[in-house]
Amino acid sequence: MSHQLPPGFRLERKSNTEEFFINMGPQHPSTHGALRLTLRMDGETIVEVVPHFGYIHRGMEKQAESMSYLQYIAMSDRQDYLTAIQNNLGVVIALEKGMNVGVPLRGEYIRVMLQELGRIASHLVFYGCFGGDLGGQTCLLFGFKEREMIHDMLEEVTGSRLTTNFFRPGGSRYDVPDTFIPRVKAFLDHMEDTMKDYERFLSKNIIVLERSIGIGVLSKEDAIAYGCSGPVLRASGVNFDVRRANPYSIYDQLDFDVPVFHNGDCYDRYQIRIAEIHESMKILRQCVEKFPTEGPWRSKEKPVRLPVGRYYSEIETAKGLYATYVVAATTGEKPYRIHTRGPSFPHIGAINKMAQGHKISDLVTIMATLDPVIPEIDR
Amino acid sequence: MIMEKNISTIQYIKRYFKRCITGPWSLICGLSVTLKYFFNPKRIVTEQYPENRKTLRMHDRYRGRLEMIEDADGNNHCTACGMCERACPNASINVLATKNIAGKKVLGRYVYHFASCTQCGLCVEACPFGAIQMSPAFEVATTDPNDLEMILNKKEGQG
Repeated sequence: MSHQLPPGFRLERKSNTEEFFINMGPQHPSTHGALRLTLRMDGETIVEVVPHFGYIHRGMEKQAESMSYLQYIAMSDRQDYLTAIQNNLGVVIALEKGMNVGVPLRGEYIRVMLQELGRIASHLVFYGCFGGDLGGQTCLLFGFKEREMIHDMLEEVTGSRLTTNFFRPGGSRYDVPDTFIPRVKAFLDHMEDTMKDYERFLSKNIIVLERSIGIGVLSKEDAIAYGCSGPVLRASGVNFDVRRANPYSIYDQLDFDVPVFHNGDCYDRYQIRIAEIHESMKILRQCVEKFPTEGPWRSKEKPVRLPVGRYYSEIETAKGLYATYVVAATTGEKPYRIHTRGPSFPHIGAINKMAQGHKISDLVTIMATLDPVIPEIDR
Repeated sequence: MIMEKNISTIQYIKRYFKRCITGPWSLICGLSVTLKYFFNPKRIVTEQYPENRKTLRMHDRYRGRLEMIEDADGNNHCTACGMCERACPNASINVLATKNIAGKKVLGRYVYHFASCTQCGLCVEACPFGAIQMSPAFEVATTDPNDLEMILNKKEGQG
């Protein structure tokens, strides 16, 4: 027997066990896209996991070098397609720092409301996929039902359901229609009821509890060391949210809590997302009340040309910290280089740490609670 | 499974019987939600798609395929400036200019490659004359790839 291990595996081979290697993916339904995991198994127990990326690599950062800044906003939709509207804002804030333009108050409220709607939509997909991966396909339809209402609102405001391409330096592309605020109110009232159903359906379900409590524990130190962010980091007991730590837009004027859980297992990562939906609804309620009916919704339109310099922005998407770094080497409408730091990539990096010693079915649970989006990892 | 090492036998047995009760009860709770939806037709959100085709309308801002705004005679506002061509991220638009009898540059053909279009709407935003728009058409699938290459203008531009 050869002692050569397949590439990526690091642990020493033990002499008294018969280990074997299996592929999970790239077309496995529970890997949430074209992600391939190579598993090193000892019986049914996972010894080591090595993820392989790049099946849908499109070279977005390289393409951006031959694109104008405005075109890159459209490109950012295609990274994390579940939080496209939030990616738009991340790019736009970096551009605004370079152009030195401000946003009127009404424009900021439009931004924050769409951000939070996007966050709820993304967490509902998580709810659906988490239930679906554990074997309850009903959850998938439950989550998508309310998500459809959000996407209908997004379609009315931005013109597209997923690839919104909405925000522009100095505000947004359109003003919101008059029907938007009543629709958000109606949605919040509906959602208030539906959340009770959601939690009743899954949160105390014995199968979910048995399959998620104590599974895939990520300690506080490991979560920081692997560069996790967003709900995964906060489920491990680190109170870090960019909306609080480094407020952008008008998040410093809004009253909301940052939910933190301390066990770092799959059940906590599920609970924190449910808690975040409640917080997002709280923010939306405040925005609906305070929304300025009059006033401009974008500052004076001017061509998107950045002076020479380096501009950095970071925002909190539903998945975690999304940062954009723009380098403008010449004054003009094209960047020298744009780099994006997406949240899903570090989460997949930590999967080996979480999955060691668990079974394959637990790996599916861990994948679901990390909530990765593969196009954002590969870019 | 919940793994707990330091647990006495009595505690273990107590927990076992407790879960025998709470476990099935949690399943019944979940099932009651399903039944609530099953017996309440108002909550159904499914659309009967091919049947409701006549009444189905997209929102005004919906970005379907690109189209040229034309009046009843088929005249358009395009001046063949090429701003849309420059704004397009994936080269889906080719504005082919020509010269009219007076020797002025006018629009000859407005070629639109629908196959590579991502419906981002940057061309509409870039147009200084409001000559193009995104149509609310959403049933744009076709069996013939040649249908995806279209010429949007019926007439030459007026300049």
